[in-house]
Amino acid sequence: MRKYAKNINLILGSLILFVFLGMMVVSFFYTPYDVNSMDIPNKLQEPSSKHIFGTDEFGRDIFSRILKGSQTAFIVGALTVTIGVFFGVLIGGIAGYVGGWIDEIFMRFMDALMAFPGIILALMLVAVFGPGIINTSIALGIIAIPSIARVTRSGFVQQKEAEYVTASKLIGVQSYKIMFKHILPNISSQIIVAASIAFAIAMLAEAALSYLGLGVQPPDPSWGRMLKDAQAYLIASPWYTYAPGGAITLLVLGLYLLSNAIRDMMDPRSNS
Amino acid sequence: MLKRKFWLTIVLVLVVLFISACSNADEGNTTGSKDEAEATAGAADQVQDIRVRVNDDPDFLDPHRATASISFQMILNMFEGLFIPQTDGSLTEGLADSYEVSEDGLTYTFSIRQGVTFHNGKPLTIDDVVYTFERLMGLNGGEKLSGNFDNLDSIDVLDDTTFVMTLKEANSNFLYSLTALQSAIVPQSNDGKHNDNPIGTGPFAFVNYSPGANLELKKNEDYWEDGLPYLDNVTFVFQSDDQAAVMNLIAGEVDVTGVPGHRVSEVEDSFNISHQNNNSTLIITFNQEKEPFNDVNVRQAINLSINKQDIIDSVFSGYATPIGSNMSPAMGDYYLDGLQDVYQRDVEKAKQLLAEAGYPDGFKTKITVSSHNDIYSSIGQIAVENLKEIGIDVEIEVVEWGIWLERVYFGRDYEMTTIDLTGRPSAYEILNDYISTNDAENFFLFDNEEFDQVMADVLKETEREKQIDYYHRAQEILNEESAAVYIADYQILWGSKQDISGLKSYPFWFHDMKEVKFD
Amino acid sequence: MFYIIRRLLLLVVTIALVSIITFAVFQILPGDPVRTMLGTEADETQIESLRNELGLNRPLHEQYVDWIKGLFTGDLGNSIRFSMPVSTLLMERLPVTLSVASMALIIVVLVALPLGIFVAKRQKKFSDVVLSSVTQLGMAIPSFWLGMILILYIGMNVDFFKISGYIPWSESIKGALSTLILPALTIAIPQIAVKFRYVRTSILEQMQLDYVRTIRSKGLPEKIVVYKHILKNALIPILTIFGLITAEVVAGTIIVEQVFALPGIGQLLITSISYRDFPLVQGIVMYITITVVFINFVVDILYSVIDPRIRLR
Repeated sequence: MRKYAKNINLILGSLILFVFLGMMVVSFFYTPYDVNSMDIPNKLQEPSSKHIFGTDEFGRDIFSRILKGSQTAFIVGALTVTIGVFFGVLIGGIAGYVGGWIDEIFMRFMDALMAFPGIILALMLVAVFGPGIINTSIALGIIAIPSIARVTRSGFVQQKEAEYVTASKLIGVQSYKIMFKHILPNISSQIIVAASIAFAIAMLAEAALSYLGLGVQPPDPSWGRMLKDAQAYLIASPWYTYAPGGAITLLVLGLYLLSNAIRDMMDPRSNS
Repeated sequence: MLKRKFWLTIVLVLVVLFISACSNADEGNTTGSKDEAEATAGAADQVQDIRVRVNDDPDFLDPHRATASISFQMILNMFEGLFIPQTDGSLTEGLADSYEVSEDGLTYTFSIRQGVTFHNGKPLTIDDVVYTFERLMGLNGGEKLSGNFDNLDSIDVLDDTTFVMTLKEANSNFLYSLTALQSAIVPQSNDGKHNDNPIGTGPFAFVNYSPGANLELKKNEDYWEDGLPYLDNVTFVFQSDDQAAVMNLIAGEVDVTGVPGHRVSEVEDSFNISHQNNNSTLIITFNQEKEPFNDVNVRQAINLSINKQDIIDSVFSGYATPIGSNMSPAMGDYYLDGLQDVYQRDVEKAKQLLAEAGYPDGFKTKITVSSHNDIYSSIGQIAVENLKEIGIDVEIEVVEWGIWLERVYFGRDYEMTTIDLTGRPSAYEILNDYISTNDAENFFLFDNEEFDQVMADVLKETEREKQIDYYHRAQEILNEESAAVYIADYQILWGSKQDISGLKSYPFWFHDMKEVKFD
Repeated sequence: MFYIIRRLLLLVVTIALVSIITFAVFQILPGDPVRTMLGTEADETQIESLRNELGLNRPLHEQYVDWIKGLFTGDLGNSIRFSMPVSTLLMERLPVTLSVASMALIIVVLVALPLGIFVAKRQKKFSDVVLSSVTQLGMAIPSFWLGMILILYIGMNVDFFKISGYIPWSESIKGALSTLILPALTIAIPQIAVKFRYVRTSILEQMQLDYVRTIRSKGLPEKIVVYKHILKNALIPILTIFGLITAEVVAGTIIVEQVFALPGIGQLLITSISYRDFPLVQGIVMYITITVVFINFVVDILYSVIDPRIRLR
């Protein structure tokens, strides 16, 4: 049964992710309607065969915007994770490998970043960088750094006493080579898990920022922003929230399932 | 041992909860229980307590410091000036009961109303009037609080009831700076406490202000107009979310609130809906010092391509009045009708004008909008789609309100923007502020000699009929020059309980509670 | 003792760093508090006079040093936007946020603990798999959408609930509950999803340990095995987890207060950031950080008291 559950995680997780990736690829070439073209007399139409998710307050096709929104989601997620992983691995690696006071300084700084509830830091950083896809990703990337740095650091601390590291040191391999060529591949699965969780968290955080009116800005379709817009019509057109809300939930779910599956695969002892 | 620790934690959590609940009991407001007490006491009579929802906190309660229209919306119930603005944009005598203007328009002689007392029980004296103006001008030691009286040469007290104001230059609009909006009369006896404990002569007196929650006022029993006001207590409840406000109206938590246009159908059966043309000017405008917006053809082309009716329909659910210049029909005969139809959507003509200006293939530009209200980004999105049709490629930049003010409004570092200009009771200010080159608020950087001349001439003109002619001409110029894409004066839809009467609609933001009552 | 002192020192360092980060962010934040507050109607005279009065023309680092000095005397300074002491504002908003947060915490404890035990006992049964998937879903829902759904399906249909605003406990306990339960649920649901899994995992870990097998072999009833022995030992990690979610619950209130229009700390924070109200932002951020860091500190200490090996980490 347990094995079966693990497989479910893997199958379901990758299925969801592939569907969304497929949506994103398709959206580059085709959407049923132009994502931005307005048809104000036909605003807020309920889902129908013509518009399967209905139309928004400008009469734009919600389904097309959900499709296009997957681009925003993946760009924000990927950029956030790239920034988080790059700096996280760098900081965590150095802290873990070098140790001593550098470790202390780096990690205390990371602690401070983590002590901020993420959303507060995101609010302040977005105020600094301004809204928009890239700026939101930078802000969320900075927030993702500490958790990845922690994972990396503990990995490096464990590995640096390993025999292969001692051996490399003895034959005079340069430190940065040991760090990134020898140790890093050994802890890559932990980092991948942390990164996929960071991806999921970035999705939720982007949605939250956009909900507060600070994240991705129009006319870029963003699921979080669509939810915010939908809230104004919550009572009269409740169906408006389903598509963007469902899209966020599903994609995040897929990422969580996948990260669980990866963790189970690399660590047979853990039971998700 | 462990078990004990666990239970200890639980008990701790409960204690914290209990304390939080209790501390709340000490600090929470007590209006509720008071209301209940009064409700039972006067069960026979209708309780004259009203709860009015407004969007935001006031910036200041001190009327000389407040600048936000949202503040005046509330505090004008506590304060009065020498003159009182009326619903049609005219003035009547307030704390001044009569006045005379000299032939040359330089000397104004006022006599002050007798028998008026401040909320602290002190009678209104001429010293308070002098104190008020000196405080505004920074003459009695404090910071200068207003630039409105730079043209005031001197104030001379003639006797206990009469004083004279002498101007440096004639200004037919001078009386408009003597309302509570710009010079509320405050008592000298309250010096230093005008913000913490505001005191005026208005129909309602200050009780309490809880930031983020509410502003409570009570009836001024000694109000100088007999029989007014009717209400005993007025509470302004701060609630920024329009959607939640509608829920609160339905649930009976508030008695009056603005209702978003698309939700009128939900409440119109069980509540009164009053439409207020709030005299605001919703515009898309340009930085007219920058190319290509310095070219009138480009401005007109943009004006012709924007679908104003689409904006009115989608953003305001149709509840807005089209306009053709800064002036709204709310201003009565100052308003020049017909201009709203000049720039009917005409894509072909727009393209032609653009070609004449040397941009047959359009150009790239950016529209900077504030995020503090979604209407701006909505208008921006419609503008982007409309302008695409004539080849203009517009990028939307959404910024926070503070940044919009700094960059666009004060910094003038922008290409296009959209905003609504706040309504004012004075026709002169509506046309002059924001637009004339003499005005510091001219963030369009509109520069037109004839317009400036008209606005200078009207100040010297004392006859109302001739003033109106000048104002009409000014509106024509703004329209011809396409100083901005004038979209609409959007209505504020007030939903109120059906037993409320006496709500009035002003050409500026003011929830006048003076004549409001529950029947 | 040395461990506690070291932890305490780290706590102070973390708080100081958070304060410096906030300060640094404000150093480069575009936008001016006075202009934002006074809006379009203000003329330069009014802007200058207010700026002088508030001492905002001084360099920010001077203002910061003043703020630090004030902190040691318990004075958090005055809010720019509201012209009143930051501490007064905090005190007014605190009951709302604290009530929502503690209610959410209680809901999490009341649901996650029994659920975790239940599932751990039924290990390898189908319900385990189902529950795991359901909880993943709970974690994946954006909290504000969950809030909207609760408004739509519970708030609109059950008369008891108010879907926006706050009624103080002092006015009516029933009223307070009617405004607080839905927001608390909104925060609690994703947290239950995460935390019940921790409970389950730590109980499962205990079950596999030798002592449990020994007790079992002695023939004690299963109930006693689970509640008396396993639960007792599993409490350590569980306690830690509940310490950790405090931070998330507090952060969760920020969004949820927007959805349900609750006048709490989170709303105040968003207002203060948009108005560039430096003293107020510092005050709120400090308050939240100190709470979070302090709770973690207490949990850490408790942990080390229970299991001295922790200190060696």
